Amino acid sequence: MAGRDDLLALLLRIGDDHLILGHRLSEWCGHAPMLEEDLALPNMALDLIGTARMCYGYAAEIEGDGRSEDDYAFLRDGTDFRHILMVERPNGDFAFTILRQFLFAAYMHPVWDGLTGSTDARLADHAGKAVKEMAYHVRHSGEWVIRLGDGTEESARRMMAALDELAPYIGEMFESDETAQRLVTAGLLADPDAVRATFDGTVSRTFAMAKLPSLDVTAGISGGRTGRHGEVLGHLLAEMQFMQRAYPGQTW
Amino acid sequence: MYSQGLIGADGRTVEDEEFLTRFQARIDDEQKIEPNDEMPEGYRRTLVRQIGQHAHSEIVGMLPEGNWVTRAPSLRRKASLLAKVQDEGGHGLYLYSAAETLGVSREQMTEELIDGTAKYSSIFNYPTLSWADIGTIGWLVDGAAIMNQIPLCRCSYGPYARAMIRICKEESFHQRQGYEIVMTLAQGSPAQKAMAQESLNRFWQPVLMMFGPPDGESRNTDQSVKWKIKRFTNDELRQKFVDATVPQAEYLGLTIPDPDLKWNEQRQGYDFGPIDWDEFWRVVKGNGPMNRERVAARRKAWDEGAWVREAALAHAAKRQAQAAE
Ligand SMILES: [Fe+2]
Ligand SMILES: [Fe+2]
Ligand SMILES: [Fe+2]
Repeated sequence: MAGRDDLLALLLRIGDDHLILGHRLSEWCGHAPMLEEDLALPNMALDLIGTARMCYGYAAEIEGDGRSEDDYAFLRDGTDFRHILMVERPNGDFAFTILRQFLFAAYMHPVWDGLTGSTDARLADHAGKAVKEMAYHVRHSGEWVIRLGDGTEESARRMMAALDELAPYIGEMFESDETAQRLVTAGLLADPDAVRATFDGTVSRTFAMAKLPSLDVTAGISGGRTGRHGEVLGHLLAEMQFMQRAYPGQTW
Repeated sequence: MYSQGLIGADGRTVEDEEFLTRFQARIDDEQKIEPNDEMPEGYRRTLVRQIGQHAHSEIVGMLPEGNWVTRAPSLRRKASLLAKVQDEGGHGLYLYSAAETLGVSREQMTEELIDGTAKYSSIFNYPTLSWADIGTIGWLVDGAAIMNQIPLCRCSYGPYARAMIRICKEESFHQRQGYEIVMTLAQGSPAQKAMAQESLNRFWQPVLMMFGPPDGESRNTDQSVKWKIKRFTNDELRQKFVDATVPQAEYLGLTIPDPDLKWNEQRQGYDFGPIDWDEFWRVVKGNGPMNRERVAARRKAWDEGAWVREAALAHAAKRQAQAAE
């Protein structure tokens, strides 16, 4: 049976995925290729950060040791973060950012869809909102994948380069472990095969329209779920956690 | 944010007396001028310039605040700052659309911004050095913007007036949010309070400059007031702002960095010390602390985004060609 520790592990996995990707997206703020994207990218970042807050707030309640959502975000060191490596990768160009967003959303959409039926009421409740947000992320980023893949020669070349860069990080989304298996058995987490099938469908439809080659998910680089991250994470955290580290214990 | 007291508009116009009198009669009658109505060239030019400067200010204004999005001290603050910066981008979009009704494209205006010929509010040429600056900007910069913009909700040009009504609602939300950030700091630890005071010290004078040069030096004010593009002079707005802000600072327990600040019983307003107009003109002419970086950041985003915009157009063209087959 999945216990308290498994639920906590799940909340940190989801929370960290969303926080770190939200942070990366927020780095675009004011620097996007067009004004419409200066609105859309922070909009998606806000959705992601909102979900991270739900996860951390819930984790804090379960742990019941007086910690807050902010303690999870700002006072953990890198090896305690449990996100997949893809989300911490530096933004690269717009092709990289938008393709990563698409792949992540194509994966999270069925995860949340499954969670709407979770035996955990709190997760199920949030899933109702998150599934709509992810549907929008899939649509928005997917439209860009198509435009860029089937746009100009340069945009197609950049999409291919982005796909090349991201390919080794895709497999980690579908890795399972004992924690994940117990969560599935307990009805807390969606069936991974169903998630994978939906992901494959979304990706292949979009890639076909984008004139991108079909995606071949192979085992690549992983370790995020056990806290083994890339060097880039330390720098991301140094920036994100600066205020809480420089002025410990204050209310903001 | 925001629009500054307009810098360097040229309200000269070439129409004959009869046309101008007829137009002025409509203005005096408080009729709204709409995009397809006839209007003096000087009126159109003044508006294009003002709306353009305002739009650019919203866009460039995303940078100093965006500078703290990745370092916001709590998740709640991070989310609300992101939402605020996103609002400002929305204001920019909305204002570019209003300017487009007068026949200038967003692309054209953007080119002017990144080649350095277009002006935007001088306040954004100052850096955000501490988290407190995010509070100060909301409280004072959005606050000053509201002072400027509330009267613009009654601007004679319909599309601009309507844009302002919607924008002002969001700006006042930003102002309250900023004030709340500063309040949290002012009631916090000694280090937090010092951070808030230091920020106020740096921003006070630049914020007062947001209302534009003193009335005597502002050559476009008279004509703009007559055409009801502007309803109050720069100095009138500045005074209103000081009068509204001093009690707020007192409530926070912060000191406005002006030894000459004093209540004037007779005038029923605050007297305040001289403003460094040399600094203002230095900043307006391009030599503020952040001018180069702000314009460079916008240029970089625009240049690096060129391939994205081209791809979007190319893709749309392919789609259209397919649909036509
Ligand atoms: Fe604002
Ligand atoms: Fe604004
Ligand atoms: Fe504004």
